[in-house]
Amino acid sequence: MPDITKFKVQYDDILKQYVDTFTEISGTVRIADDVAGLKALLKADFDFTKRVVTTLPELQDIAELVSKEQTAHSYDNVEVAVIQSGLAVAENGAVWLTEQDMGHRVIPYICQHLAVLVKAEDIVSTLHNAYEKIGVEDSYGFAGFIGGPSKTADIEQALVLGAHGPLTMTVIIMK
Amino acid sequence: MTVGLFIPCYVNQFYPGAAIATLELLQKLGIKVVYPSRQTCCGQPMANSGFEHLTQGCDDLFIENFAEFEYVVSPSASCVLHIKDHLHSQKDHLAAESLRGKVYELIEFLTDVLKIEKLDASFPYKVGIHQSCHGLRGLHLAQMSELVAPGFSKPKQLLDMVQGLELVKLDRQDDCCGFGGVFCVAEEAVSVKMGKDRVSDHTKNGAEYITSADLSCLMHLEGILHRSKSKVKIIHIAEILNANL
Amino acid sequence: MRIDTTKEHSELAEDFIKDDEKASWHDGALWWIRQKRDIQANKTPQWEELRQAASDIKSNVISNLQQYLIQFEENLTKNGVKVYWADSAEEHNEIVYSILKAKEIDKMVKSKSMLTEELNLNEYLQERGIEVINSDLGEYIQQIDNEPPSHVVLPCIHKRKEEIAELFHTHLGTEKGMSDPTLLTRAARKHLRNVFHSRRANLTGVNFAVAETGEYVVCTNEGNADMGAHLAEVQIASMGLEKIIPEKKHLGIFLRLLARSATGQPITIYSSHHKKPRPGHEMHLILVDCGRSRLLGLKDFRDSLKCIKCGACMNTCPVYRKSGGLSYHNTITGPIGAILAPNLDMKRQADLPFASTLCGSCSNVCPVKIDIHVQLYKWRQEIVKSGYVSNSKSVSMKAMTLTLSSPALYKATGKTGRWLLKHAPFAVNNKFNPWYKQREMPYGPKESFGEWYEKNGKKDGKE
Repeated sequence: MPDITKFKVQYDDILKQYVDTFTEISGTVRIADDVAGLKALLKADFDFTKRVVTTLPELQDIAELVSKEQTAHSYDNVEVAVIQSGLAVAENGAVWLTEQDMGHRVIPYICQHLAVLVKAEDIVSTLHNAYEKIGVEDSYGFAGFIGGPSKTADIEQALVLGAHGPLTMTVIIMK
Repeated sequence: MTVGLFIPCYVNQFYPGAAIATLELLQKLGIKVVYPSRQTCCGQPMANSGFEHLTQGCDDLFIENFAEFEYVVSPSASCVLHIKDHLHSQKDHLAAESLRGKVYELIEFLTDVLKIEKLDASFPYKVGIHQSCHGLRGLHLAQMSELVAPGFSKPKQLLDMVQGLELVKLDRQDDCCGFGGVFCVAEEAVSVKMGKDRVSDHTKNGAEYITSADLSCLMHLEGILHRSKSKVKIIHIAEILNANL
Repeated sequence: MRIDTTKEHSELAEDFIKDDEKASWHDGALWWIRQKRDIQANKTPQWEELRQAASDIKSNVISNLQQYLIQFEENLTKNGVKVYWADSAEEHNEIVYSILKAKEIDKMVKSKSMLTEELNLNEYLQERGIEVINSDLGEYIQQIDNEPPSHVVLPCIHKRKEEIAELFHTHLGTEKGMSDPTLLTRAARKHLRNVFHSRRANLTGVNFAVAETGEYVVCTNEGNADMGAHLAEVQIASMGLEKIIPEKKHLGIFLRLLARSATGQPITIYSSHHKKPRPGHEMHLILVDCGRSRLLGLKDFRDSLKCIKCGACMNTCPVYRKSGGLSYHNTITGPIGAILAPNLDMKRQADLPFASTLCGSCSNVCPVKIDIHVQLYKWRQEIVKSGYVSNSKSVSMKAMTLTLSSPALYKATGKTGRWLLKHAPFAVNNKFNPWYKQREMPYGPKESFGEWYEKNGKKDGKE
């Protein structure tokens, strides 16, 4: 079996690498300093006249908290979902979300627009570093990397954002 | 140094000029060259068609003709690769193994064995290099575009020594031409489409000549060029390296 | 499925190439993806070492497959997933049917699964009154056109947008002639949202299955697998035995290689790790053999089980690019399909290993370093030995062998051949000679090198 530890690299400027990569894959990056800044940013970027849900208690004054009591299907009309990830990967722009982060497994896929909060210190360089952090413990029933808005190029290789999942994805980095 | 000259069957029949150029070029470089007259074919046409088990006769004949030489040199990457990969003998295992190690395609013989650094040659034309797949991916005559590795090109290294020659840059540096041995007739439509696309890459980038280490590719491209009455010509790399125009 | 089962690759390819403009477009589209792959490969540190590591991990899997499968099954069971083993297509399809029947489900949504294409699951279920809708956009398009996918990653890459516009006009009621890719995608999105919303069962394929943890990973760009899985009460996954990897950390290697090789993306948009069912819901996983363990026993060919279905070999293959995926008349198309197919049906697929120039580009882009072109060569030998080659080819090949292994005969026929070229062009240059159809014959020189050498080469006594 090969030694795969040699593939872990450390970018000099992880944050810059993350922002560059995520932008390249059609994502949007915003930077926020605190919760007030975050709220202002969300208000500016998204349509709050439509249904906005979140798993973050600190946002419950501006958004509906995702509830286990509701069915997955009931979230079909969600315009924006705001959730938090504890791990993002600079080499490919993806964020790691467990079902605990999602509230309901379907949330980050069914919404029209996805906004994910990431702390700057939670960004790692490569997938190898990421899997090291994730570990093998029994901590989730479902989890996934999400790297950008849903996309397809099945028709003549023309890139179309918003195939079945979100039309846009914004990562908000909390410094 | 005595070199056994291996001239593949179709080169012998259809492109004697390339064989003569190879012979003369090696002689100019001070090599003693011998052409064993009883040689025929490396057996590749059969083997690539799935009849490897019928090639023992060709293999035995090849060994009989070439076992004695210090080096065997041939102006055909494809045939050389076949010998390197597939030459076997039931009678003399060691002879086959040793021969597999000392057979060289002309370009690699010049760059790797003779390590020549200059050539007395001139060819005042625009030339496109067609990388034959067997030369490229089999004999590693140049870096393959698929791999992440430092670039090099042995044919370019030699052509750069030729006065007046201008290399043209292609859109696709190493896409296959579609000859493929039995493929060229068994898959006629695909083969010709591939050939036409290669030809147009060279012509639209201004090549007056298409050159290669393999005449099988060039024979196919020439057939297409002639059918369309193109002025662009094919020429084996030995003929350029031996030219004084 | 609409495919002429009697035609060989060369004939189907010829049909495809008749529309030269379309064939050139197809070639260019795939070459563009190959270039995107090159950019990512060059950007990724230690790319070639990553390929080697992936290949080595897969070698380990091939050598210890049984052990990993047992470990995987144990972990799945622990996680509350129901596990099934299927030897054949029939067995697999029966299992799916029984799962659906137990819940009285008659409609299912499926995300991309080349395996269930191989097993003809849709047809099987439809015959039993169960409707299946493919939700990957490309596969959906192929399904409504009653055609199999032509590419493992880009199922309808052989279609122009105007053809898709026509299909959507008929099936989704879009405006006639409207061929804008964004608007067509929106129409499918709207339609399939309703499908996801109303289907109680979902089936996905599996990209990687981790023996160590019992989780499996599904990679998509569209989000269809997740929409299907998280809205359905019954979640089914079908996987070929070879999808197993030993440890979770190995996902780092494979996920780094997969999308970069496939489409030149740094990672697929969604890499979903499924481990346990949602509370109150069901999760089923079917392990499928269907010829794979037989392949395991073939030393020269078993490395083809390393394939992670990225499609890079298709994108780089000049024959695939010019001839279109459907010309391969096999579920998995292109070079990798041509080495997998003979194991499944050597007689029907005997032509596929010959649908290659053996240029070797496929092996160079393969992220798990399968020696595809070497296997193509070896399958040719097997096919000939097994007698699946046309009689005329066999006879002429023997004549050729006899000539080429006999110097005297060779000289005689060589002269005859040249004489024919020069003096009786009708004898060779006719429409029955496939070479001459679109190419001139080489001009016959007045003497061969051998003859020239007799006269000139020996003058200085060099022989």
